[in-house]
Amino acid sequence: MVPYIAVAAVLFSLGLFGVLTRRNIIGILMSLELMFNAVNINLVAFNKFVWPGELTGQIFSLFIIVVAAAEAVVGLAIVLLLYRNWQDISNDNINVMKW
Amino acid sequence: MTEHTYLIVLLPLFSFLTIVFALRWKEMVSAVFSVGMIATSLLMSIMVLIETLGRHGDYYTAAFSIVELGTFKLQLGMVIDPLTAMMLVVVTTIGTCVEIYSIGYMKDDPRFSRFFAYLSLFLFSMLGLVISDNFFMTFIFWELVGLTSYLLIGFWFEKKSAADACKKAFLTTRVGDLGFIVGLMLIWFYCGTFNFTDVFAVIGAGTVPPIIVTFLAIGVFCGAVGKSAQFPLHTWLPDAMEGPTPVSSIVHSATMVAAGVYLVARTMSVFVASADASMVVAVIGIFTSLMAATIALVQVDIKRVLAYSTISQLGYMIMALGLYGVDTANGIHSPGFYAATFHLMTHAFFKSLLFMGAGSVIHAVHTNDIMEMGGLLKKMKITGPTFLIGSLSIAGIFPLAGFWSKDEIVAATFGHPIFTVLTLLIAFMTAFYMWRLCFLTFFGKPRVEHRYEHAHESPNTMSYPLIFLAFMAAVVGLVGVPWLPHGFASFLYHGEAYHPHWAWMNLGISIVFGGGGILLAYLMYIKGVISPDAMMNRFKPIYNFFYNKWYFDELYQAAIINPIMAIGRWMWTFDAKVIDGAVNGTAALTMWWADVKFWIDKWIVDGAVNGAGFIVRSMGALLKYLQTGRMQFYMIFSTVFIIIMILLKFEIAHIDLDWPVMTALFIAAIGLLSVAAKFVPDEVSQESENEK
Repeated sequence: MVPYIAVAAVLFSLGLFGVLTRRNIIGILMSLELMFNAVNINLVAFNKFVWPGELTGQIFSLFIIVVAAAEAVVGLAIVLLLYRNWQDISNDNINVMKW
Repeated sequence: MTEHTYLIVLLPLFSFLTIVFALRWKEMVSAVFSVGMIATSLLMSIMVLIETLGRHGDYYTAAFSIVELGTFKLQLGMVIDPLTAMMLVVVTTIGTCVEIYSIGYMKDDPRFSRFFAYLSLFLFSMLGLVISDNFFMTFIFWELVGLTSYLLIGFWFEKKSAADACKKAFLTTRVGDLGFIVGLMLIWFYCGTFNFTDVFAVIGAGTVPPIIVTFLAIGVFCGAVGKSAQFPLHTWLPDAMEGPTPVSSIVHSATMVAAGVYLVARTMSVFVASADASMVVAVIGIFTSLMAATIALVQVDIKRVLAYSTISQLGYMIMALGLYGVDTANGIHSPGFYAATFHLMTHAFFKSLLFMGAGSVIHAVHTNDIMEMGGLLKKMKITGPTFLIGSLSIAGIFPLAGFWSKDEIVAATFGHPIFTVLTLLIAFMTAFYMWRLCFLTFFGKPRVEHRYEHAHESPNTMSYPLIFLAFMAAVVGLVGVPWLPHGFASFLYHGEAYHPHWAWMNLGISIVFGGGGILLAYLMYIKGVISPDAMMNRFKPIYNFFYNKWYFDELYQAAIINPIMAIGRWMWTFDAKVIDGAVNGTAALTMWWADVKFWIDKWIVDGAVNGAGFIVRSMGALLKYLQTGRMQFYMIFSTVFIIIMILLKFEIAHIDLDWPVMTALFIAAIGLLSVAAKFVPDEVSQESENEK
């Protein structure tokens, strides 16, 4: 089970690193997908090795894939609007929420 | 008619109210109206007198209650007996004369109508006092006459002397009234009633302790002392001469001051029950009489001579009443009561005549100083002779009114040798000072020429009352002559309780002393055989003593007024320093405490509130830098804290971590912190660049 979880951990860490460091919002969204998939791998792996015969983990990961797709849609729509308004999708310049 | 006696009293009140509310601006109308009212009262009084004469042996009473509280009844009532009937006629007669006289005397006075209003109010009060059948009602009217006396003395209140005199009169009589109130309280406490007849019955029954009766009688007498200007409360009457002369004539010689005598006569039964009280009355009477006569010897103000004469004559009456009380208490028959009431009547007539004559003289020469007069008999054909008749009457010369009544007073002192001697001495002095006054005013050469030139006879409204009163002063004594079968005495007593005797010795003594006084005055002031100035220089200390009125005013000033003023000033100082100080101190303390509380409010309460705000603001000012608006910065925070919480979770659950996990977490934390460190300086430097 450990190799699966190690893959998931590496994948999660890469995603997290990407989310925290990418300047491009599209890159951030892609990194988010990596983190989602790390979680999915975890769910499937735990289901397979801890409760064999059950399908709960697999079904839950399917739900997450659906939600992630919807989330990507919303995120990309926001990115599209940002681009339309500011002609920029670098999060360096998107700081209107500051004090 | 007798049952409508109250109308006699109410008519002057009606006159007063009408003048005050309706006729004030019509001077002559108000004067004539008020004369008409009092003249009507006079006619009705005469009718009452006639009915009383025809009703031997009983008297009329009527009363109604104004307040009834259980057994407590406050009544207004009237008693019409011979004494009342006599006083009614005297008061209304003199009242009518004085009001007619005032029309001339007060002419051109700016408050002409008001004078008649006051006179009417006075007559109302005086008549009410006369008919009263109980002590309480007597007291009410007693105070009312005091009030009107105050108003009339101060009628010319622009003059400071008049304003002072009316205050003095009011306050001095008030001292006597205090004693009167004490007497009334004792009466109420021991007798349970105010009605004269009931009180006399209770006291006559002998159930009241004798000492109480004595105090009660002296209390009532205190009122009389104040009102009748007896020693020691006599000082107000000479000052009361500051009022208009008609006022002096009616209020301060004939009627109001006689009210004290009337009160003692009316309540004689109380005094008869206590020989001690009666003796006090007699001694005060004779002392006052002697003192006032000696003062009158040397005064030069015409009205003041008459004022002291009035005090002296009132002292006579008081003494006679006192001796009557003493003798009757000891079971001796005495003419004192008869003598006093008889003298009250004759004195009212001749003294009001003398005052009006003096007013007429003052009207003519515009001075009160007899030393500036002289020879006026030639100029004043009516005032002069009438004044002389009055003077003869008061001197007790046969057959004028004063002779008959003074004889009776002398007769009343028989049995008390000291009183007899002093009475005769006073009679002598009375004749002397009255005729000194007459000689200086009407005879001899004019001493001040322009005064004499200016002098003229007064108008008819003033001279006719003089003629009428001179007639009365001459003949009114005839009602008491000894050979009359039913004279004044039998009228007064409803029968022959006392009949004056025709005694040659008595007659002789009177003539000798009265005539002697006149003769001495004649020798001194007309013939110049004895020089008044030489006498004055020879007896300088005595002269000064008499001239300064026995120094009573100075004595009272020093003994009573100054201490009271000193106490008052001390009280003022106490008030200003201690009480005001305490008040101001309290205020200062309050202000200081308010300052303290203000300081606490400002620095502690407000400080706490502002401090809370300040802390929040400063923390906000610091923490706002975390609000960078950059989502990755936030995410680093979230991640770091999630890692910390995971570590805490393991720690709390006591789970030992394997080294690869620890290594991975360590690397992740270092990485994350380095990533975070990469963000923050950028942000701050950007910020400072933007600001530039």
